[in-house]
Amino acid sequence: MAATARGLIEVRDFCLRYETMEGAVEAVSEASITVEPGEFVSIIGPSGCGKSTLLNALAGFLTPTAGRVTVDGEAVSGPGAERGMIFQQYSLFPWKTVRENVEFGLKMKGVPRSERQRQARTLLGLAGLTPFENHYPDRLSGGMKQRVGIVRALATGPRILLLDEPFGALDAQTRLIMQQILTNMWQRLKISVLFVTHDIDEAIFLSDRIYVMTARPGTIKAEVAIPLPRPRQPAMTLSSEFLGLRRGLMSLIREESIRAMGGEVSAEAMKGLAINLEGQDLAAVL
Amino acid sequence: MEAVALRSPGSASPETRLPSRSEPAGRAGPPPAGGLVRRWLRLNRGQIRAVAIGLVSLALFVAAWQVLTANRVSFYVRFVNVPTPEDVLQRALLALKNPMFADHVLMSCRRILFGFLLAAGVAVPLGLLMGRFRLLREVAFPICEVLRPIPAIAWVPMAIMLWPTNEGSIVFITFLGSFFPILINTLQGMAAVDPVLVRAARCLGAREGALFREVYLPASLPQIFTGLTVGMGVAWVSLIAAEMISGQFGIGYFTWEAYSLVQYADIALGMITIGVLGLVSSFAIRLLGRLAMPWSAAR
Repeated sequence: MAATARGLIEVRDFCLRYETMEGAVEAVSEASITVEPGEFVSIIGPSGCGKSTLLNALAGFLTPTAGRVTVDGEAVSGPGAERGMIFQQYSLFPWKTVRENVEFGLKMKGVPRSERQRQARTLLGLAGLTPFENHYPDRLSGGMKQRVGIVRALATGPRILLLDEPFGALDAQTRLIMQQILTNMWQRLKISVLFVTHDIDEAIFLSDRIYVMTARPGTIKAEVAIPLPRPRQPAMTLSSEFLGLRRGLMSLIREESIRAMGGEVSAEAMKGLAINLEGQDLAAVL
Repeated sequence: MEAVALRSPGSASPETRLPSRSEPAGRAGPPPAGGLVRRWLRLNRGQIRAVAIGLVSLALFVAAWQVLTANRVSFYVRFVNVPTPEDVLQRALLALKNPMFADHVLMSCRRILFGFLLAAGVAVPLGLLMGRFRLLREVAFPICEVLRPIPAIAWVPMAIMLWPTNEGSIVFITFLGSFFPILINTLQGMAAVDPVLVRAARCLGAREGALFREVYLPASLPQIFTGLTVGMGVAWVSLIAAEMISGQFGIGYFTWEAYSLVQYADIALGMITIGVLGLVSSFAIRLLGRLAMPWSAAR
């Protein structure tokens, strides 16, 4: 493919504010990230930190209050097939068979029926899904559904792939297999990937670099390079290097998670749970 | 109607129980013909059971009818003038040979077809558009909510004033009866469309027209068909009422006329005919739904 060199993602000074009755809420504040062409980058952070917000802005579903969001230097102005997205909820069309799901993006591009059938069959063959091409998604397991989701997003030949906790709903075993499948596909296609997760191990195992986000208002707290060699093997997760990275990232995330929980709102919530803090700081108790 | 709905869960359990009982050692080749019949019987045990029980229960109903009418029971409820099943059967055999009766039935069917198709043809697209475009919804919804609670029968005098022919007003009332259930259900279907599917489609390059065709419409289809089924039921209710009041033909008119002419057996015949027609038409819609939504039948 000629498009291998492209796929530069740049987010500069991204801010997102919205109005409520209590005043303006800042969800994301001055976040900047870069994904080089062909790079695999993850964003981790406590829940509600705005990692999915960044992803949605890149997909074109929302515009930032301030800041720039560009892909290959072009400002993102709406959803498009050159930016593939994969959702946690699989999001396959239940009324389309596996093959029709994969064909969807090509159909939107106006590719003639026989041609898109041929392409979809080839891709499904590569993903080992040929026996299921005429099944409706209802009959597939979660892992298989997400495999179809990935194949569907890749079918149009996107420059970048955005994944929003794609394996969050899968069991641990299936998740490991899916991570392997994703890395294999990424290494073959050399496509830029931005991966949002709250699973630290998953982020380390998959990524070249990891951005750690702070609790709300979300901003980039740290950027961690993952120097583990490729191709990565499941056994690497036990190496001292991996565990060292894990420990470092854990403490970064923990600080933020505690901050996210220990804010004014959460202290109230803890009262509601009838946990007696006896005047101590929540962080100290934990 | 209920019997059909209840049948499917019943049939599922023997299917799932089957493998452990009947296939101890992997299946080798097709079983002999006698085995095939037995296997079919076993696999469809749930359905066969439901049909058998249904037939027995219908037979008991007719038997009770026979006992009550043949003995002219009059215990608060008076069965004195109610025709026996036998009387009705005789009238039915007579009616089947009479072209007038066929005309009545055909007339009613034609009115249902026009009224219902018109309602579906307007309500479904309107519901889809109202679900998608807020302004249209904000404009049209209040009008619908005001008109919706008015029973179709209450429209009869107004319909007679509005339409130059009797035929026109009857079709109009049938239309009104089925219009609102179809519209409301289509709207609900649109409101329940999973936003993630819409986002997924847009990420794959779908524009407005394609979103409608490929996402909103198929996602709303189950609700639309619920609306069509309910709408068909209300269409019959409205049609019969309209025919009884202002008709000169039709099965509703036939039933009312039988009362005026003291043809009591014909009253029951008319009622049973209406029941059968209603059953057949809602069955047809369910069949259509299954054809239009192969993915839900695969479950």
